[in-house]
Amino acid sequence: MKLKLATVALGAVMAAAPAMADLVVPNLSYRTGPYGANGTQYADGFNDYFTLLNERDGGIGGEKIQTPECETAYNTEKGVECYEATKGSGALVYNPLSTGITYQLIPKVSADKIPLYTPGYGRTSAKNGKVFEWVFNAPANYWDGASVAIKYLLDQNGGDLNGKKIALVYHNSAYGKEPIRTLQELSKKHGFTLTELPVDPPGQEQKSQWLQIRRDKPDYVLMWGWGVMNQTAIQEAANIRFPMENFIGTYWSGSEVDVKPVGAGANGYKALTFHGVGMDYPIYEDMKKHVIDPGKASQGGQYVGSVLYSRGMYAAVVIAEAIAKAQELAGTAQINATQLRDGFEALDITPERLAELGLPDFGPEIKMTCDNHGGSGMARLQQWDASAGKWSLITDFTEPDQEVLDPLILEDSEAYAKEAGISPRC
Amino acid sequence: MFYREAGDFKTSYRDDGQTFPIRLDRWGYYAILAVAFLVVPFVIDSYWANAVLVPFLIYAIAAIGLNILTGYAGQVSLGTGGFMAVGAYAVYKLMTSFPGVPIVVHIVLAGAITAVVGVLFGLPSLRIKGFYLAVATLAAQFFLVWLFNKVPWFYNYSASGQINAPERTILGWAVTGPATTASAKYLICLVFAVVLAWVARNLTRGSVGRKWMAIRDMDIAAEIIGVNPLTAKLSAFAVSSFFVGIAGALLFSVYLGAAEASEAFGINKSFLVLFMIIIGGLGSIFGSFAGAAFLVLLPVLLKNVLVAQFGWPTDLAAHIELMIVGALIVFFLIVEPHGLARLWALTKEKLRLWPFPH
Repeated sequence: MKLKLATVALGAVMAAAPAMADLVVPNLSYRTGPYGANGTQYADGFNDYFTLLNERDGGIGGEKIQTPECETAYNTEKGVECYEATKGSGALVYNPLSTGITYQLIPKVSADKIPLYTPGYGRTSAKNGKVFEWVFNAPANYWDGASVAIKYLLDQNGGDLNGKKIALVYHNSAYGKEPIRTLQELSKKHGFTLTELPVDPPGQEQKSQWLQIRRDKPDYVLMWGWGVMNQTAIQEAANIRFPMENFIGTYWSGSEVDVKPVGAGANGYKALTFHGVGMDYPIYEDMKKHVIDPGKASQGGQYVGSVLYSRGMYAAVVIAEAIAKAQELAGTAQINATQLRDGFEALDITPERLAELGLPDFGPEIKMTCDNHGGSGMARLQQWDASAGKWSLITDFTEPDQEVLDPLILEDSEAYAKEAGISPRC
Repeated sequence: MFYREAGDFKTSYRDDGQTFPIRLDRWGYYAILAVAFLVVPFVIDSYWANAVLVPFLIYAIAAIGLNILTGYAGQVSLGTGGFMAVGAYAVYKLMTSFPGVPIVVHIVLAGAITAVVGVLFGLPSLRIKGFYLAVATLAAQFFLVWLFNKVPWFYNYSASGQINAPERTILGWAVTGPATTASAKYLICLVFAVVLAWVARNLTRGSVGRKWMAIRDMDIAAEIIGVNPLTAKLSAFAVSSFFVGIAGALLFSVYLGAAEASEAFGINKSFLVLFMIIIGGLGSIFGSFAGAAFLVLLPVLLKNVLVAQFGWPTDLAAHIELMIVGALIVFFLIVEPHGLARLWALTKEKLRLWPFPH
């Protein structure tokens, strides 16, 4: 039995080896499980942008891009399997859209010398390129988000949060725990009290957390949720009539799938984001002409323009720009993963370049260097309008409180460097 | 005809009681061991190690562990994931606290620590049985995962609650950490799996195993003939947890390299290992391996066939894969409720007579 299975499996794997050549950007996606509703839109945006480049420009620098997809179901073991299955095919960069898988892959990509691009998720201290040579998390990370959210609340309260109560509802995993350290520091600095309310994944069960919120009556609730946890939390908040405008989600708790199930009750809910949303960008004309109308869109293009679609597309834009930069630096179109790392470290996406790409004012300027893998960390807030059924941006890009974040990033990355025996470079 | 038993005489009790009484079987066993130790390490690549063989061997160890408790001693447990977490966190704390001690010692110690925890959670088995015991062990599952999430000491106060395995070597070869070669990963798991399977086989056919089986078959009768239920049940919990703890330690340190309690050691893991022994065969060492192979290899195989061969969308393939695995589980349990091990035994019986049945 064992032998027979093994031989069949061997045959299947041998036949499955993808053709070499082309630029390979594996898409470790998830379209199933409790996080599938969110993951599927992101994966579509990611695929469609590369399809657009292939169809309109013939790829990047004349080289076509392949995005072989592999289903991880947000599960770390499957993520490892996907990584191993695709890394032999000349993979240039990974974007697994899972903090758990990112933690898993950081040591592996460092050994295999393949860049890992984790915009808005993953390990925050990877911003320190001196320690995390192969990991990039521009334009913004979790700590930036936490800081921008607090800054926004400061603005709302005339610069003073003294004595205010803020509750953090978080996914009880590496992902949800990420912002705690920053928020604790910020609570010391600004004098608010922070209540931490963990929700066990996947998060359909949050009655007790919201009961506590109803009892404690915090002034604001922040949420670090993902997948089915978001909808549940927003529904529970609506049930206890928590004022939605005082409820702020992180980047990953602010998409259409999170608020639509709650209907009118979700009106006024706010969330962080690090890019624009909606179809009012010139790029969608090209997208329509080259990808959607010819029927080449991932899953038929049913989510085009949604928050998570835009975010997947944005990740693809940054990767594509890094590939172009790497080609320019290396003087060859057929780059390898090490050259792509150099491309990321020399990346500078200016507002003009974004406008050129058909995405004016879509994201903040991204400028990475050898020691800064996290960009400026600027983020903005968006608010859900339930009657119009769309997100609208309510603030400009705001700079996080680097004074608080920089020492924390240094501390965490140095702890990692010590644990993993890395000597800082640059 | 397939098995030529003519001339294969047993002239001593020792010969008669050996694990593989048929000569051809024995040779097959030696051949598999020789291939596993002498051929596979030289041809294995990192995909085969990380996606197929290492998880298979680790889950086989966990399945043997649970099989000792459930298959041999008859105590149902849903706490396997929690006990694996104990092994993982124990080896993490040991690795980071005593970097100078060899990793093998740490893994065995992690097994021992898990054994102690297992005995603690096994205490209710002295009073309750069956479904009630299953619920008690389910409490262990949730409590342990909660504990490892809640108390920062267990994850060395890291910001995210993740634990990361630092690099450790055996004779200069890295076996944990990112620099580990595929063959080193495979070999350490193989050595543990072979040694532990050998230990399990010899425990279960000796007096200890007979006591466990007596308890399983009827505890009152066992008590009357002189089996002490206290020591029998608790020793089953201890040995089982030792195995499961080693599996958890290997899963974290060698296979994954980083883990968090609720994601890697959740209730799903307990069910997965339980399904392995039910499909493989309760009360059988071979069944533990067969069940682990079935549940680890089949999804990978299906994924490769459906996505890479047929080019199906990944989400469709993932859903179909769940349906196929589920349907096969039901099919196997209807056709052969005693699992793959029994199926294999029946095949062997037939092959001994083939092609001339009476």
